[in-house]
Amino acid sequence: MAAPATIPLREIAFARSGDKGNSANVAVFARTPAAYAWLRDHLTAASVETFFKPLGVGTVTRYEVPNLEALNFILPEILAGGGSRSLRIDSQGKTLGMALLEMPVAAAILKPAG
Amino acid sequence: MPRPLKIANASGFWGDQPDAAARLVAAQPDLDFLTLDYLAEVSLSIMAIIRAKDPAAGYARDFVDVLRSLIPFYQAGGKTKIVTNAGGLDPASCARACAEVLRAANLSRLKIAVVSGDDVLPLLRSSPPTPAKHNPIGYDGAKAGFANLDTGAPLSAIASRLVTANAYLGAEPIAEALRAGADIVITGRVADPSLTVGPCLAHFGWKPTDYDRLTGATVAGHLIECGTQACGGFSTDWLDLPDNHDIGFPIVEVAADGSCVVTKPAGTGGAVTVPTVKEQLLYEIGDPANYLSPDVTVSFLTLRVEAAGENRVRVAGATGRAPTNSYKVSATYRDGYKAHGMLTVFGHDAVRKARRAGEGILRRLQDRGCTYRETLIECLGTGASVRGLASRMSDTHLVETVLRVSVAADTKEPVERFTKEIAPLVTCGPQGVTGYATGRPKVLPIFGYWPCLIAKSLVKPTVQLLA
Repeated sequence: MAAPATIPLREIAFARSGDKGNSANVAVFARTPAAYAWLRDHLTAASVETFFKPLGVGTVTRYEVPNLEALNFILPEILAGGGSRSLRIDSQGKTLGMALLEMPVAAAILKPAG
Repeated sequence: MPRPLKIANASGFWGDQPDAAARLVAAQPDLDFLTLDYLAEVSLSIMAIIRAKDPAAGYARDFVDVLRSLIPFYQAGGKTKIVTNAGGLDPASCARACAEVLRAANLSRLKIAVVSGDDVLPLLRSSPPTPAKHNPIGYDGAKAGFANLDTGAPLSAIASRLVTANAYLGAEPIAEALRAGADIVITGRVADPSLTVGPCLAHFGWKPTDYDRLTGATVAGHLIECGTQACGGFSTDWLDLPDNHDIGFPIVEVAADGSCVVTKPAGTGGAVTVPTVKEQLLYEIGDPANYLSPDVTVSFLTLRVEAAGENRVRVAGATGRAPTNSYKVSATYRDGYKAHGMLTVFGHDAVRKARRAGEGILRRLQDRGCTYRETLIECLGTGASVRGLASRMSDTHLVETVLRVSVAADTKEPVERFTKEIAPLVTCGPQGVTGYATGRPKVLPIFGYWPCLIAKSLVKPTVQLLA
């Protein structure tokens, strides 16, 4: 049986999202040093912005946090007004971390090197 | 070298577990401080509404009950001090209610201090409608017309609808209250981590320019400010946690150099591990090199997070710089009304039926002359929380969905009319509609959030010890 071409991001990372006004952040943490190297090279601001486009996100900013083997993504205007105003079931971005962990990534990352 | 300070959090938000404080001191009577956070971004606007009906209720009344739950602990000689922002819009009234509880329990020896001066609503209301210029760091908010920090919009756009405006004060007035002998410090709006930094300032005698130590304490405060979230609550791997029905509230043991060990009381559920602590470190953080607190500008980029025993994680290496010359202000303004109605739809084509039924409600209301500035139909179960961007199957596979219909309007009437249109679907909607027994939805006021900056020189924090 052929190995799957993609795996969900959650297999190599964990995450947490939170709100700030109408913006949210999603911090993505690598489960291994190798996963961090992969995430740093492949989980770009552009790919995260494309992923969250259906929610109306603005221009995504990415910050590297190498000492925590983490990437922090700032997602402006993603909460349809945020806090008290948004009509969405998730007005505070509680689900965004879990959503991003569903993102398909290349399964090759799990293969042993060499 | 002074011993480490043990500081726990017993409330991460207004509505958190009511017995957390009593359980913390029962499990760990040697705690130096309990901190309790009650104020999210728009909490103060909710207090403003309650206060409009009851002038003595502009604070988190839940805290008075928490204090009551600690009476046996204090009567038995307990020494743990308390720092909380439960004072909300009216810390003086909160303090008086607490003093009454202590007096009735013959505990008047416990001194209460009130930290106020965070209310800057009069300053915002009287600010001239100058055109705004978007420049978020290190400028004078008043001169820039208190422009919205996120959008750059001028305050004049909403000035006539302001409800609250409170500056996030820092740790110094809390430390001052503790130096004056307070056992319980009740504040209005302060930066959440400052609830922890204040006790450290008073205990260790740090100078306001000890930036690295202040940063360490700020990080410690940030780690515990959301209650159990540091101990596995809200974590990615929550399902694998031991005893996750009863996750412990967090404790930081802050050392004189500002480093800390994060832990939790023995016998509680959840876990304090490198992953749970890392997740909380970056919770609601923007640029990790420039986290602005009123006490210090924090960098997260030099922190070391390492295991230090079972349910013990050490966080060290903090570095920080001088704080900016402005306070962040969280202002809120009236912005219309909204309501959400929910019904469960079961059966073949459940999602199609639910969507059609939701559209039907909105169409009926439109035919009757109701107009809304925004409406939304969600079919929960389809991945609607994120508009289906992470769905795993086609909606046609679902045999059940929860229909959630929402409307918002500038005035109350059309929203009130909407709340009467949900239940009728039981008889005029598709077969299989259920879950309607919770009554009509509530009409909710909407409060817009207006973050802005104010020069520190314009704000005068005050500390008052209750006689």
